[in-house]
Formats: sequence, structure tokens, C-alpha cells
Amino acid sequence: MASGLETFIANVKALPRTFRESAVRHGAPTSDRTRSQAVFGNLFLHIHATRTHPHSLKLTSTWALGVSLVSQYAILLATGVLLMVYYKPSIETAYDSIKDLHYVVPTGRYIRNIHRWAAHMMVATCILHMARVFYTASYKPPREFNWVMGMFLFVMTLLFSFTGYLLPWDQLAYWAITIGANIAASPNELAEALGLPKAFYLGDLIKEVLLGGSTVGQEALIRFYVLHIAVLPLVFTAGLGVHMWRIRKDGGIARPDGNPTAASKGVGSMAPQKATTSSELTKTYGLMAVVPDKSAHTGQHTDETVPTWPYLFRAELLVFMVTLVICVMLGLLFDAPLTELANPNVPENPAKAPWYFLGLQELVSYSAFVGGVVIPTIVILGLALIPYLDREPDPPGKWFGWAHEKYVGRASLVYGAVAAILSVAIPVRFGWLRNWFPEIPQIAIILINPGSLLTIAYALWSLFILKRTGSTRLGAVALFTCFLVGFVILTYVGTYLRGPNWDFYWSRSQWPTH
Amino acid sequence: MPGRLEPESVPRRDFLGLAGLWSAGLAILGSIAGMARLPKPRVLPETSSQFRIGRATDFAPGTVRVIGEQNVRVIGTNEGVAAMSLVCTHLGCIVSEEGGGFGCPCHGSKFDVAGNVVGGPAPAPLKWLDVSASADGSLVVDKGRSVAPGTYFKLA
Repeated sequence: MASGLETFIANVKALPRTFRESAVRHGAPTSDRTRSQAVFGNLFLHIHATRTHPHSLKLTSTWALGVSLVSQYAILLATGVLLMVYYKPSIETAYDSIKDLHYVVPTGRYIRNIHRWAAHMMVATCILHMARVFYTASYKPPREFNWVMGMFLFVMTLLFSFTGYLLPWDQLAYWAITIGANIAASPNELAEALGLPKAFYLGDLIKEVLLGGSTVGQEALIRFYVLHIAVLPLVFTAGLGVHMWRIRKDGGIARPDGNPTAASKGVGSMAPQKATTSSELTKTYGLMAVVPDKSAHTGQHTDETVPTWPYLFRAELLVFMVTLVICVMLGLLFDAPLTELANPNVPENPAKAPWYFLGLQELVSYSAFVGGVVIPTIVILGLALIPYLDREPDPPGKWFGWAHEKYVGRASLVYGAVAAILSVAIPVRFGWLRNWFPEIPQIAIILINPGSLLTIAYALWSLFILKRTGSTRLGAVALFTCFLVGFVILTYVGTYLRGPNWDFYWSRSQWPTH
Repeated sequence: MPGRLEPESVPRRDFLGLAGLWSAGLAILGSIAGMARLPKPRVLPETSSQFRIGRATDFAPGTVRVIGEQNVRVIGTNEGVAAMSLVCTHLGCIVSEEGGGFGCPCHGSKFDVAGNVVGGPAPAPLKWLDVSASADGSLVVDKGRSVAPGTYFKLA
């Protein structure tokens, strides 16, 4: 019988081991079985399935865009918290604190640059990710809802960018937010054109809640700051959790012939759908799946999956490192811009939003309400509803898997490009309604403009393809391709071909000099 | 017998359970409504919309003065004094004089010298603002009150 002291010393000696055992809940991850247990039993790892299908690991299946997005978000959280250490959300000090970050704070300049580059990359990667999911038909049942979650996260990403844009309190920030807030208030335009009484001026209410005043000032800055650093991160993180959870619950990354069977739907099984003869072979394994180990004897049944640890984790780490390297390189090479201190009396000329909003700004330059509120709402809703309106059993997870999809895609590319270019070229060359009929009522200017006609042209094209081919999938391909090419062309025009007073110039060298 | 006139009595336990559930639901809804009220300010934290522009004698016919920090342009004519806002009615940028009228740098709205829209996306003419005389005889412009275009403050 050992004395109390001896037991105590033995316990102290055993402390590293006993503490580790109490913390990790499973043995050392030395075999497939214990590694699977680790993935299954760890809060941070269990968002993964324990087994991964090799198709999900192939670069060309996903181009790693989803994991890149999570990496960029992680980089944004880390750099964002660091920036908060020095940033002061007051109109007297905000601009100076950004200057301090740039010139005085150790590494502050690079942290801010990396934050800005990761934010830009996140918007671009969101669009690419959406295109990947669309052209591999990965929104097909049971993944309809996750496509909607993705659209929600895309909108949140844009709101993140928009709110972050005001914080430096420079000229670009001030005027971009003034324009943005007035777009939010533009339902007033319709009320005014229709001659409705003041009570219908919904825009005033929106603007007051958003800005805390009638113009962009201290109240607006603190509101945007709260949205940027508290509200949006909470909402986005929760949404991201749901998005990733549903990947698991919907059976992992979409792959051909890989839909969950009725028996396994909802438990995240990775079992492939295969013709089987005996009842024993139709058995599917949820959660822990089958591992090549002594304890789990499963007879002849061979699972096609590989262990998540190490195969998926290794791939994810690689993607994270590549994303980090790109962000750091961009941050070291290119500084985030900072224009002069905000001046409410002299706007920038031209006052341009960040690149991803310039397509929108192009539409807004025709009508604030239709271009800034109606068309974006229609586009977002139209994209979000695609999985519910196209339910054809397209093999998911395969690039351009549906018959004639590539052909329709190419035709839509040409049609969408021509329509978008015409929508810019005709007003530039010939003017628009107000130039032709100076007395035209305002409601016509608001409703009939190049942006709304372009949207209608895209919708009609999609319906035409739908009718011609009798396939909802091809109709969706036509619509989505038009949206993508329209976005790219309008963004290009807004970025490179618009100069002072939003006039058209072939190159920056033609801008008038003052 | 239970029927429409004498419905089956709800067991007390069910009634209390449902009442508890509904009151919890109402309380949560009420709290959310109360919280939603907070972000809409009761008072806008802004400087007064009224400001003095000088004495009437400063605005002899032919005078044009742009008051930069207020984004207002004041003109003196034979008919009197008038003030016009230089805030674009499209999306709130500040217009500047160009080619005998005004142009907006943000989205290219064009206005004539009286503020009427002649091009671009602007939905309404530039606002004409209320001009009045204060007790000490200096002129006051109120950015919060717009008047019909062509309204002049007659000098005594």
C-alpha cells in the first residue's frame, strides 16, 4: 500500500499524460482508426467527415475555392482584430489613425495592406466559387439550400466590403458611402415620380437608420464600424457554419453518382451509390464509416473513400498556405490606397467605388432606384432561386455535364457580351431618352434605361433557350452565363472607360486636365 | 355533449402550457420591437440647417456667390435674392459649374443654370432654398426648406 505522498508524486509524474488524455478524448493519432476518432471527437475538426472521397480532393473538382474563401476569412479576422488595436472610429481621429497604421505602427502598413487584399480576393473568389458550383451543377438536390446560403454569404461579403470602405474616412470613403446611402434611400425617387405623399418616402427612414442622420458624419462612421466589426462577423460566422454543416449533411462535395442513398441521407454518409446484389452490400456507414483496422471487419465491401486525416487536412493546409502567401506578397508589393481627408464640399472626380461595385455604379448612372435597388434585388433573387426552378437530374459534380451545356454557354457568352456592350455603347454614342424627348416624364427615365433593358434582354434570352431546348438546366446556364459576362463587362467599363463626370473615355490619358 | 356552443374544455395543464408559450413568444417579439426602435434617432445630430449669408446690400443684382462649406449658391437679381442647393438630386454628390450650367462628377447628371435637369440620371431639379431676413436685417438661408424654383426673396 503506497503512502499518500508516493501517490501524489506518481500523479505529478503522470500529469502530462493524464492532462493530454483528458483534453483530447482519444489516443495518439497513430492509426487510421484513432485519426478518425480524432476527427469525429474534436470540436474544431468534426466539421469534416471522417472519410473523404478522392473526387473531392482533386484540384479540378473545386479548384479549392471554398477552402480559399475560409482561409481569406480567417486572414481577415486576424488582421482585422490587429487593425482594431490602433483604429479610432471618430471623424477627428479615424484618418490620422490610418496614417499612423501606415507610417508609425510596426508592421501596421502590411497588416492593413493584407487586410485590404484579402478582402478584394474574397469578393473575387466568391464569384469564382459560385461559378464553379453552378457549372458543375452542384446546386442540384439535396444541395439547393446550401446554394441559397452561399448567396447569403456573398451578399454579406459585399456588405463587409461596403462598411469597411468608410472606415479610413478619406475622400474615396466619404463619397462612396454618400452614394451608397443615397442608393439605399432611392425608393424616394419612385415615390417622388409617382407624386406620393411624404409618408411613402421610405428612403428617408432607411437613410436615417443607416446613417443616424441625413448626411454621412460621426453617427454614420460609428454605425458602419459596429456593423463591420461586430454585427457582420457574428452573422457571417454563423452563416459560414451553416454552409459548411450543410456540405456534410448533404453528402460532401457534389460528385457524379455520389448522391447519398435514401438510407444515408442526412447522416453525412460518403458511401457511393453502386449497384449491389446482396443486402449486406447495400449497408451504408454513417459518421464513423469503415476504416481498415483490425476491429472493424466488413467483409468484401470496399469503401472508395480515404481518411480525412491526413489527406483532406493536408490539402486544406496547402490551400491556406498558398492563400496566405498570395495575400502577403500582394500586401508587401502594393499599398492599400488612402486619398485626402474626407471633404464634404468637394467630391472626387470621378468618384469611383471599389471595382466590384463599379458594374453597379454603371447601372446607377442611369437610375439610382432601378439600377441600385431593383436590378440588384432581381439578380440576387434570380440567382438564389435557380436550384428551385431547375430540378433536372443533371449529374452533379461534373463540369458542363448536361448535353449541349458548353454550346449554350458559349452562345450565351457571345449574346451576353454583345447585349452588355450595346447597353453601354448606344447611350454613349446616341444619348438616351432625355436627349431625344426632353419633356419625357421622370417615371419613364427611371424605368426605361439601358440597365433595365439589359436585364430584360438577359431574362428573355434565358426564356428563349428554355423554350428552344426544353431544358430548365440550359435556361439556367444561359441566365447565369449572361449574368457573369454582364458583370465582367460593366465592371470593366466602370473601371477603365469612365472618367470625370462619368463620361466615356477610351483611356485615362484622354481625361481632361485641370 | 361537446359542440360549437359547448366546446370541449381545455385541460388546465394544456391551457397553462399554451399561455406560457404564447406569453414567452409575445415577450420576445415585444423585446425585438423595442430594440429595433433604438437605431432610429429621435434627434438628428446635425448643425442647424439655417445660416446667415450677409446683408441684403451684399447681393446687388448680378451677384453670384458660392458658399462652399454649405454647398449653396446664392444669386442676386433684379427680382431679389435666391439660393440654390448644389447637392445633386441623384446620389448626393456636389455639382460644379460647367458650360453655363452644372455638372455632377459622380454619375454625369447635367443641370441648366436654374437647376433644371438637362441630362443624366438625376430625378429632380436642384433644390431652391428658402431665403428670409432675420431681425437684424441679415439674410438667412434654410437648407431644410426648399421652395419652388424661381422663388426670389424681394429686397425691401
